[in-house]
Amino acid sequence: MEVSTELIVNALWETLYMVSVSLFFGGIIGIFLGILLVVTRKGHILENRFIFSIVNPIVNIFRSIPFIILLVAIIPLTRLIVGTSIGTTAAIVPLVLHIGPYFSRLVENSLLEVDEGIIEAAKSMGATPLQIIYRFLMPEAFSSLILSLTTATIGLIGATAMAGAIGGGGLGDVAITYGYQRFSTITILVTVIILVILVQGIQGLGNKLERKARRV
Amino acid sequence: MIEFRQVSKVFDSGGNKVEALRDIHLTVEKGDIFGVIGFSGAGKSTLIRTVNLLEYPTSGEVIVEGNLAKLSENEIRQAKKDIGMIFQHFNLLNSKTVFDNVAMPLLLSKLKKREIKERVHEILRFVGLEEKAKNYPDQLSGGQKQRVGIARALATNPSILLCDEATSALDPQTTKSILHLLKRVNEEYKITILMITHEMEVIKQICNRVAVMEDGHVIETGNVFDIFAHPKTDTTRNFVKSVVRDEVPESVYRLLKENNDESRIFKIEFFGTDSGQPIVSKTAKMYNVEINVLFGNITELQGIPFGNLIVELIGDDYEIKRAIAFIISQHIEVKEVLEDGSQHRIDRERFVGNALHG
Ligand SMILES: Nc1ncnc2c1ncn2[C@@H]1O[C@H](COP(=O)(O)OP(=O)(O)OP(=O)(O)O)[C@@H](O)[C@H]1O
Ligand SMILES: [Mg+2]
Repeated sequence: MEVSTELIVNALWETLYMVSVSLFFGGIIGIFLGILLVVTRKGHILENRFIFSIVNPIVNIFRSIPFIILLVAIIPLTRLIVGTSIGTTAAIVPLVLHIGPYFSRLVENSLLEVDEGIIEAAKSMGATPLQIIYRFLMPEAFSSLILSLTTATIGLIGATAMAGAIGGGGLGDVAITYGYQRFSTITILVTVIILVILVQGIQGLGNKLERKARRV
Repeated sequence: MIEFRQVSKVFDSGGNKVEALRDIHLTVEKGDIFGVIGFSGAGKSTLIRTVNLLEYPTSGEVIVEGNLAKLSENEIRQAKKDIGMIFQHFNLLNSKTVFDNVAMPLLLSKLKKREIKERVHEILRFVGLEEKAKNYPDQLSGGQKQRVGIARALATNPSILLCDEATSALDPQTTKSILHLLKRVNEEYKITILMITHEMEVIKQICNRVAVMEDGHVIETGNVFDIFAHPKTDTTRNFVKSVVRDEVPESVYRLLKENNDESRIFKIEFFGTDSGQPIVSKTAKMYNVEINVLFGNITELQGIPFGNLIVELIGDDYEIKRAIAFIISQHIEVKEVLEDGSQHRIDRERFVGNALHG
């Protein structure tokens, strides 16, 4: 069977759709959890052993489940949230649950890179914990956060390839169903090239924005 | 005014107890530039950090217009706006311009944009960085960064400024200019300054009072001149020596060995009563002695000369005695430098008596 341009374009859109929507929700979750992981740790501005000892293992659990398993394991939850367990939209739920905790670790690392002296200065000015987070930590970590977001986005593109398992569609799905299962080398080639371009483009953009944030 | 009352601080890191502060009593008066000096690990940073509660004392009280620790979180944050702080490594936000860094405390206080702008420019003018407002910290030299730090600390018009090793990352020349700026802060804005350092030079240049810390204790405290003139502990003596050299150089001893009887060597110590030169020339004129200055170390403490001169007096014994008696009568301490390496203090009564009665 031949692969039409339309099929590829369609798949590209599906991939972009899945990536952008799950990046949006996963990004919010990741930033929220990442901040939580930082500020509730020992000695930090909102040290809270209870919260930290809940969030930390939860993030670990999600990080340790392979995406393909997560995809099927949470089918009931997916059905509950989006009303169906198959299709592109349905794939977004596991993608969010996959990328959120992953991104939260990256955010955590970025925020921990901020010099402790900055927090000292903030405290000495009488900043509230919330002010410390959004006036000091986030701006200082901004360039590093851009790189984290870039890494998360690329990770998401990889994960969408598996969304085919629940009928999510997308480029990865095309590569597997048309290319691998029906021996169409050209399909594999085309989808791979598109994916490579996509990843290169995103990484390039991320690097550029990061450099801009650092003013170099 | 800042008052430390029986302040102790124990750090407990994994069963490993460190007593960083032990029963500190200290009063910093309004208008002081109060220096705290000590070796690394003495507890200086911990001490200064208890003032704005970056560190809570384990016991005792720190009084800054009342005991901050007794206030609510919110009131503490308000009170902190009256206490500025600058740091050894400046702690500026690299992602923000000089203007935005200085504006930060005002932004936190939710001032109006126009007010912020006015205040920031005013304070940047004061520290001499107005034309750098749009630059970023990484485009500035260390000294300029500390000026930004000072501007930021002063933005909210505090009455106290805390400086933790504010010049330790700077070269001597830049250190001087920053200290000069701090002096202006103290004089023009009437801000009480509490500064921590391990360099006696810093204390010498701008402090009026000093406390010496060792191992969590304040081992000596007083006005800078007294501490320099009469250090009571070895630690303090060593700090003083780092600024005012006290030892007699080898060359002087060598000279002593070759000396004939007609010459004696004395160390004249000035604690501010008079500077060296006039006394020396006056003495040489009034008595039949020749005076050679062999070695000198005179510095200035709060505008008053301080230090010592090593002089050789040549003449007959009687004239030398009379000359020395005269110097002593000017309330200047004189010690004779002897060949065996000792310096013995000349007994005022006997020497003066001998000289007068021949
Ligand atoms: N947060 C902390 N936890 C555990 N121990 C600490 C902590 N802060 C300081 N200490 C210990 O308290 C003692 C005093 O430290 P402090 O930083 O006050 O010394 P310092 O005089 O400022 O020294 P330096 O000149 O090196 O800055 C040291 O033994 C230090 O190890
Ligand atoms: Mg220190």
